Amino acid sequence: MSKDLNLKVTGLTKEYGPTKAVDNISFSITEGEVVGLLGPNGAGKTTTINMILGVLEPSGGDIEIFCKSAKENRSLVNEHLNLAAVYAQLPENLTVWENLYVFGLLYNIQDLKGRIKYLLKEFDLEKFKDQKAGVLSSGEQSRLNLAKAILNEPKLLLLDEPTASLDPSTSRLIREKIRKFVDRTGAAILWTSHNMNEIEAMCDRVLFLSHGKILLEGNPRTLPKEYNKKDLEELFIAVAREPLSLEL
Amino acid sequence: MKNLKRVYAVFIRQVFLLRGNPIRLVNIFLWLSVDLLLWGFISRYLDTLGKATFSFATVLLGAVILNEFLTRVQQGVMTTFLEDVWSRNFLNFFASPLKIKEYVGGMVVSSIFTSAAGFSVMIMIAGLGFGFNILRIGFYLLPFLIILFLFGATLGILAISIILRFGPSAEWIGWPIPFALSPFMGIFYPVSALPHALQAVARAIPASYVFEGMRKILMTGHFSNDLVPMLLVGSGLALIYLVLMYLIFFKVYRYVLKNGLIGRFGAE
Repeated sequence: MSKDLNLKVTGLTKEYGPTKAVDNISFSITEGEVVGLLGPNGAGKTTTINMILGVLEPSGGDIEIFCKSAKENRSLVNEHLNLAAVYAQLPENLTVWENLYVFGLLYNIQDLKGRIKYLLKEFDLEKFKDQKAGVLSSGEQSRLNLAKAILNEPKLLLLDEPTASLDPSTSRLIREKIRKFVDRTGAAILWTSHNMNEIEAMCDRVLFLSHGKILLEGNPRTLPKEYNKKDLEELFIAVAREPLSLEL
Repeated sequence: MKNLKRVYAVFIRQVFLLRGNPIRLVNIFLWLSVDLLLWGFISRYLDTLGKATFSFATVLLGAVILNEFLTRVQQGVMTTFLEDVWSRNFLNFFASPLKIKEYVGGMVVSSIFTSAAGFSVMIMIAGLGFGFNILRIGFYLLPFLIILFLFGATLGILAISIILRFGPSAEWIGWPIPFALSPFMGIFYPVSALPHALQAVARAIPASYVFEGMRKILMTGHFSNDLVPMLLVGSGLALIYLVLMYLIFFKVYRYVLKNGLIGRFGAE
């Protein structure tokens, strides 16, 4: 049985004057699939994510989310997607509970108080519920960000370096929570990270971006061998330094 | 229902902020109280000079209260927006299903509450401290407040449009907008006191009709029928400006979406 297409990107382009931040990329993600979006800084990963979220208008191309045009159904499709990003912290002057409550209202969550209670327990945040988000450690803030990101049980979850600057133990915990969420809900995930071990462990497929273009695509566990590289990290470095040498 | 929930989310966020840090109440209550006390004492002093045929306290305090109300509405909208700027919350907010009209709606609802709270405190201070009761304007106070509210919200949306377009540093252009317009609003003097060319500017400002009307009622002690067209023009202008300003804000939002400013707003 074929899986549902949760995200379909066709010919997506973003130009800033003469610069093409994202250059005519196409890809799709099906239900339950975890796709890694890799590339050096400035490759166009965050630009791509921002366009999918609807906070950046593409210069060209189409984005379909759950088979609906994202441009024409922005509010509707955003009810079923969510984001956790290292650069998108929740308001520090609200408590953990208040943050989840405000975003729960925005995402129209039914039985919101019950849902918050569940998430506080799931992410081990119960004891911090009345503390302001700004006083939490970075690990606790990451757990809060992730709790907010799955508040609405999204069918498409965008994770932009969700474990950046976290210690290995917290990173593993975050990855376990995400894996558990995907297994339970069948959500699709687009994941950017500079941690190649993490990508190898979590992603079913990776897309390598360089200068706004998708250069390579494939299984993160077999792709390095296809290009005579020892591992994903070596492949990443090659893409970052000599992208032309890898073009097919 | 979903729309109302999202408007409520924007509003309840402000309530949480006030509850979490009561020092924020200073912005709602303290400065307007100081302003009212200052003008209250000035008018009391002027009344002792005894030459005028009317009570300075009546006219000046009425003007101060209504002007502060207008300013508080503008600042209410602006502060709600700035909270998202200061906490770098744009990406999370605008990546949610929140629509721009719901966001603006939430800011306006927040300012209704903050300006109403401020207004109540001003009535109390004016009554207890200086024996002035603005409620003696009677039923007609309501259309005055509505016009001022609509115009204050318009100025608030103007301020946030400027900030959204030019970045957080443009906040300093936003704060003094009501003050910049105040010479032309006829707050403390009749519009006829302005040079002829500037009277045309004053007539284009909805608030000027309110201050003219208020002065007339307080000085004559009754509502005359010639105030009706003034109120209608004031209301009409306020509504037109509000709609136009919302459209401008929406255009600015589209510009910001196109240029990717939401994701990197703090850097502007």
